[in-house]
Amino acid sequence: MSTTYTFSKEDLAEIEKIKAKYPDKKSPVMPVLWLAQDKFGHVNDDVQKLVAETLDLPPAHVFGVATFYTQYYKKEMGKFVIDVCTSFSCQACGAYDILHYIEDQLGIKAGETTADGKFSIQSVECLGACGYAPMLQITNGVYCNHLTKEKVDVILDKLKKDEMPAFERIPFPQHTTAKS
Amino acid sequence: MLQDWKNYQPLLIPNIPNLHRMDVYEKNGGYEQLKKVLTDSEYSPEKVTNIVKDANIRGRGGAGFSAGLKWSFMPKPDGGPRYIAANGDESEPGTFKDRQIFEYNPHLFIEGAIIAGYAMSITAVYVYIRGEYRDWINMMQKAVDDAYAKGYLGKNILGTDFSIDMYVHSGAGAYICGEESSLMESLEGKRGYPRVKPPFPAQKGLWGRPTTINNIETLANVPLVIKNGSAWYKAIGAETHPGPVLYGISGHINKPGIYEYPTGMLVSDLINEVCGGVRGGKKVKALIPGGSSTPPLRGDQLEGVRMDADSLRTAGSMMGTAGMLILDEDTDMVDFLWRVSLFYHHESCGQCTPCRDGTGFLEKTLIKIKNGEGEMRDLDLLLDLCTQMEGRTICALADAAAWPVRYTVTRFREDFEKRVKNTVYALA
Ligand SMILES: Cc1cc2nc3c(=O)[nH]c(=O)nc-3n(C[C@H](O)[C@H](O)[C@H](O)COP(=O)(O)O)c2cc1C
Ligand code: SF4
Ligand code: FES
Repeated sequence: MSTTYTFSKEDLAEIEKIKAKYPDKKSPVMPVLWLAQDKFGHVNDDVQKLVAETLDLPPAHVFGVATFYTQYYKKEMGKFVIDVCTSFSCQACGAYDILHYIEDQLGIKAGETTADGKFSIQSVECLGACGYAPMLQITNGVYCNHLTKEKVDVILDKLKKDEMPAFERIPFPQHTTAKS
Repeated sequence: MLQDWKNYQPLLIPNIPNLHRMDVYEKNGGYEQLKKVLTDSEYSPEKVTNIVKDANIRGRGGAGFSAGLKWSFMPKPDGGPRYIAANGDESEPGTFKDRQIFEYNPHLFIEGAIIAGYAMSITAVYVYIRGEYRDWINMMQKAVDDAYAKGYLGKNILGTDFSIDMYVHSGAGAYICGEESSLMESLEGKRGYPRVKPPFPAQKGLWGRPTTINNIETLANVPLVIKNGSAWYKAIGAETHPGPVLYGISGHINKPGIYEYPTGMLVSDLINEVCGGVRGGKKVKALIPGGSSTPPLRGDQLEGVRMDADSLRTAGSMMGTAGMLILDEDTDMVDFLWRVSLFYHHESCGQCTPCRDGTGFLEKTLIKIKNGEGEMRDLDLLLDLCTQMEGRTICALADAAAWPVRYTVTRFREDFEKRVKNTVYALA
């Protein structure tokens, strides 16, 4: 059975606002793909077609854009996508151990999704948190820094209960140590 | 100056709680420089450009090009739209500085971008932020909304006839979109394929119109220069590469993080004094001074080396983004280099054969060496591949992929020799 995807009146109003930020009709593709992914959880072929129709663009163009950028999920993913950074600073700080620990805990490998559809794991490139390594990001959202196995346990427990970890504000070191 | 770094008070991210809030920013002199520039008849657009040029703010996005000089390349206004693309793609491994500005001092950047806009008669600023920074995109959007509400953005700013818009655009996971022409393609709703240059962005940029691309941190320096003058700015840090800089320090270090100090800091001071030394009291094996594409330096090459373009060039590397990775004596440089090559292979857009195939071959060869199946001649093959990639492509990603390979293999050759089979070939 195939799902039909549609934008609501509110979505269409939001899309009009997005269109107003750009001088031509091609440019809003990326923000509208983001809006669609936030709503449907992915931008599979059908969602891409919907975006193309809504923006009056050739489907091939939207497909070209969606496939170029790694953050757009071209197929359905787990409810929580765990992106573990394994780029060089994180690698140096034990990211692969963390990645393998998460793989063991969830019983899947990077690139896979659990049978219950709850978790996917990906090994990704630098997320811009190199000084707080090792780290991961959940479903293009919150960053979890300074990972240890214990911290990973806490995060996974939360996610199993559908709770999202909170945003971690990392103090600027010169502020906390500044002399008055 | 330099010897006084211990008493240095951050300027880009000053120690003021809640500075990201409009009311706090205004209370601390925020938007005063914009007011000055827009309402004091002494500050013509040309004069603002000249002050920035004279201050020699060098681009903080990696190439270190003079911001004022770049602005002066913009053609005369013809009444049509003109753009700034502010580069917050921040995807070079080792780099995590611009997000601090989004989080701690977004209005400094906004004020700087509007002043730059005034200097170049810009009609709209597009702030391109990597998609992974969702939380920081929201912070930035909030700051932009607040600036509109206060009349610092939009039509007839502060009752003058200067108008400018600012839009925040989210990337979606592509390192290449940090390259300026790829960034423009991405903003235009296309795949991020870098453009062939010329034409340069000042002639034909976003939507075919004159455009200047600057890094977020570069633009955040502008209000400081307008406030205190170019002579003041030039006296901070290194003579040929002045100003404050956000050093992003990561790896095997006791206190990693972002630190703001003048340019020209001694690497040894940053490692030992600022960051409390290498973890476990170990020795530094390698320093990558400014993001993954800058050539690694050996620990024994660091004496007297300072974090500015000239000093690092003399030492055999580059300033890049000042995202410094420190690796300790136990690091296996083969593993390190393989991971770097995987990154570039993954991120090549595939338009140019030397880059598409070259990054793939580099990674494949390094996997072979990593698995103990490499041979001595593979080391020469790696260097050969680099030669075939450097300077032969549309954008600099191929060079950025080749440099770490070239300099890791030559400077840490013993690690590689240990891993390869010692096959002896008879001479024919
Ligand atoms: C492959 C590649 C990736 C780049 N990524 C970034 C980036 O993430 N952020 C950035 O500011 N500049 C990046 N640059 C440099 C930009 O092309 C451009 O030089 C810079 O944004 C100009 O701003 P600046 O002069 O203020 O530094 C990249 C360049 C290349 C070749
Ligand atoms: S050098 Fe590489 S990344 Fe740059 S345009 Fe060519 S293929 Fe694309
Ligand atoms: S290397 Fe992992 S966040 Fe930068």
